[in-house]
Amino acid sequence: MSSSTDLGRPDPDPTVAPTRDGRPVSDRGDTVCVIGAGASGLTAVKNLREAGFGVDCYERETGVGGAWNWRHDRSPVYASTHLISSRPFTQFPDFPMPDDWPDYPHHAQLLSYFERYADHFDLRQHVWFGTEVVRVESVEGDRWDVTTRSTGGYGPERTSRYAAVVLANGHNWSPKLPRYEGLEQFRGEVMHASSYKDPAQLRGKRVLVVGAGNTGCDIAVEAAQQASRCWHATRRGYWYAPKYVFGRPADQVNDTLLALRVPLRVRQWLYHWTLRLTVGDLTRFGLPRPDHRVYETHPIANSQLVYYVGHGEITPVPDIARFGDRTVELTDGREIDPELVVFATGYLPRFEFLEGKVLGDADGSGRPRLWLNAFTAGHPTLAVVGLVQPDSGIFPISHWQSVLFARLLTLRTTHPDRAAAFGRRVAAGLGERYSAKVKDSTRHWFEVGHADYLRALQRALHDLEGK
Amino acid sequence: MAERVRVVRGWEWARPERPARREVLAAVPELDQAKPPLLFVPGFGHGAWAFAEHWLGHAAGRGFPAYALSLRGHGGSEPAPGATLRSYTHDVVQAAAGLPRQTVLVGHGAGARVVAHALARYPARAAVLVAPVLGGWGTFGTALRRNPAGTLPAVFGAGLRLNRRQLFSRELPDAEARRYVSRLGRAGRRAQWQLLTGRQPEPAVGRPPVLVLGSPDDRVVPAAALTRAARRYASAPLLFPGMGHDLMLDARWREPIDAILDWLDKDPTPAHG
Ligand SMILES: Cc1cc2nc3c(=O)[nH]c(=O)nc-3n(C[C@H](O)[C@H](O)[C@H](O)COP(=O)(O)OP(=O)(O)OC[C@H]3O[C@@H](n4cnc5c(N)ncnc54)[C@H](O)[C@@H]3O)c2cc1C
Ligand SMILES: NC(=O)c1ccc[n+]([C@@H]2O[C@H](COP(=O)([O-])OP(=O)(O)OC[C@H]3O[C@@H](n4cnc5c(N)ncnc54)[C@H](OP(=O)(O)O)[C@@H]3O)[C@@H](O)[C@H]2O)c1
Repeated sequence: MSSSTDLGRPDPDPTVAPTRDGRPVSDRGDTVCVIGAGASGLTAVKNLREAGFGVDCYERETGVGGAWNWRHDRSPVYASTHLISSRPFTQFPDFPMPDDWPDYPHHAQLLSYFERYADHFDLRQHVWFGTEVVRVESVEGDRWDVTTRSTGGYGPERTSRYAAVVLANGHNWSPKLPRYEGLEQFRGEVMHASSYKDPAQLRGKRVLVVGAGNTGCDIAVEAAQQASRCWHATRRGYWYAPKYVFGRPADQVNDTLLALRVPLRVRQWLYHWTLRLTVGDLTRFGLPRPDHRVYETHPIANSQLVYYVGHGEITPVPDIARFGDRTVELTDGREIDPELVVFATGYLPRFEFLEGKVLGDADGSGRPRLWLNAFTAGHPTLAVVGLVQPDSGIFPISHWQSVLFARLLTLRTTHPDRAAAFGRRVAAGLGERYSAKVKDSTRHWFEVGHADYLRALQRALHDLEGK
Repeated sequence: MAERVRVVRGWEWARPERPARREVLAAVPELDQAKPPLLFVPGFGHGAWAFAEHWLGHAAGRGFPAYALSLRGHGGSEPAPGATLRSYTHDVVQAAAGLPRQTVLVGHGAGARVVAHALARYPARAAVLVAPVLGGWGTFGTALRRNPAGTLPAVFGAGLRLNRRQLFSRELPDAEARRYVSRLGRAGRRAQWQLLTGRQPEPAVGRPPVLVLGSPDDRVVPAAALTRAARRYASAPLLFPGMGHDLMLDARWREPIDAILDWLDKDPTPAHG
């Protein structure tokens, strides 16, 4: 059924078929629409199929894997990307990665994992590749009109009516580009990390990397090895955590404490103390002291950044004040002269095919207001999957979100009372957080602590099942 | 069976199972007929060889890609004296997820208990429990009554010894029976103990249809235990009178495997969930 060009769809019966703006709408009955065939979309397709639903999945690229297929034009992944969350936290809970893989697999392994997942569960037959969703509109009866066209805008638009929609379009592809005074007249090269693919892009240049999320830290480390000079600009101090502590992946050590139900304050204290003993006092290297406790910004997992700072290959600097013709002025008044500036300033969510207020974004800030980061009030047949930024892997969360949604859709027919109670729960819980108090930044809009979040989701699942 | 789905598994994430080299024997049909792969999981003491004798080839002959796993510490897999039920479950889920398509899990004897655990961690296409030893003290009672000399030492950590008369009917020539018994190994003592005392399997994920079969003349698993096992999965057991516990090695090995493949050919639908 799937092919990148053929858009054949059972033709609607013209006598009874609904229309929209004068065009026919093909009625897909009880079928559920999934937008995106990245990891989150794939697990939604699998879990909806498993619950007995028909599924049409639309994917603008010609393959599965989303961000992890680094050939995709919007993939944020670069040649050296390895996981930051270790395997047990990153794999789907019912389809483990091979146990002879490393603790932190490479992005090519991740892609092969998602391809195998798609083949193992025979998911590709439900995916329309090369097809982009351009509009999602609610119609009466809690149903949805989804309008698609070939990626790139070729060919006619087609509209199909679905019983429910899963948004799994990812939130790490639309670059966040801060504004700076003088940036337009700067004569050096400027790029966002999303178009950084290969260390050759840095070779022999004087490079300024902005931002110390995991992307910024990775790129600074590569610049330390490839560039002739590397400055790393951050607007605050961070906790640079190594990938291994006590000989084990750091997240596994952390989860041992979580499993023991050690309270957050004690975990923060232990963490600070461990970093102090292993990584040491970073202000000695000229890095600013963190303005927050650990877990209050999205965790950095990078064993090499501090190492290269200690070797003088990375020069930590404060935020940019303004750009000159060939220079950059920093907030401490210093001037530097990079040839290339890489903005590793993160990504913003984008649901350009949907009216903002459907996801509770009333003020147009682009920030949805959801319960469990997945459900919106008043639209019981809509779910967002994968709109989380955990201190851990995303995929188990996407899996359970889609299991929960499939369960909810089933109960809408078998136990409407329970489905209605769930709807009330959604409305009451909009905007609920599942993490320590985090620093106010767009990068923390979807920050969740994986244990808190999954516990809340487990509770929702049990409530729904009435057990 | 525990009733509720488990989402949070902090200990398991924090302490992943140590991998062990696995032996997987295979018989794959020459032409892919789009039938689901089968993964045979032997019980305690047995290795993949027990299925390689007859069932693997027969299943492949009927168009099913067929694989048999040796749990760690068994057959050609890595020695693992400290193995637990969790390690065995890990081995099964790893082997199943490593196959190209959604797999049917077939567990024999205590291998059925391992499969029941695996079903909570892998959405099998279907499951078949052959002469299942699902564990608990009832299993122990039967074993003690039928084979006191082989069973009692197991309580104190020795290997559980099964004898020829428990495993095979009189139809199987003596020499063959002896040859098979001489190949038997033993499970880890922690796993043996957990078979009696360990936690019951969590509910299966993905609503797999489940078939239970065995022999009323099995001297390890009494008929009542078969009925009980089948009832857990809301069905009744298929019975093959006159056969011993090792249905895949006994003289009339062909009948049960044909029944399994016939059932699969009918494309059983998911259980209600
Ligand atoms: C460098 C980097 C490293 C990361 N490392 C980790 C890590 O170690 N662990 C971790 O858990 N997460 C990590 N992440 C987070 C990452 O976003 C997720 O791992 C993952 O890619 C999310 O999957 P997804 O399916 O939700 O989104 P995506 O992978 O972005 O997939 C979305 C899919 O939807 C398609 N799509 C979008 N819009 C439309 C449309 N309108 N119509 C049709 N199709 C559409 C896209 O083409 C894409 O295929 C990392 C992110 C980055 C940037
Ligand atoms: N597997 C891996 O190896 C890997 C690699 C890269 C990324 N990732 C994941 O991908 C996601 C995105 O990561 P990311 O690093 O690209 O983005 P990010 O986490 O959002 O980090 C953005 C960085 O840029 C800074 N920044 C943002 N806006 C700024 C502004 N206006 N002025 C100055 N600085 C600004 C932020 O500072 P503030 O803290 O002050 O906001 C932060 O340091 C994360 O979930 C991350 O874990 C994983």
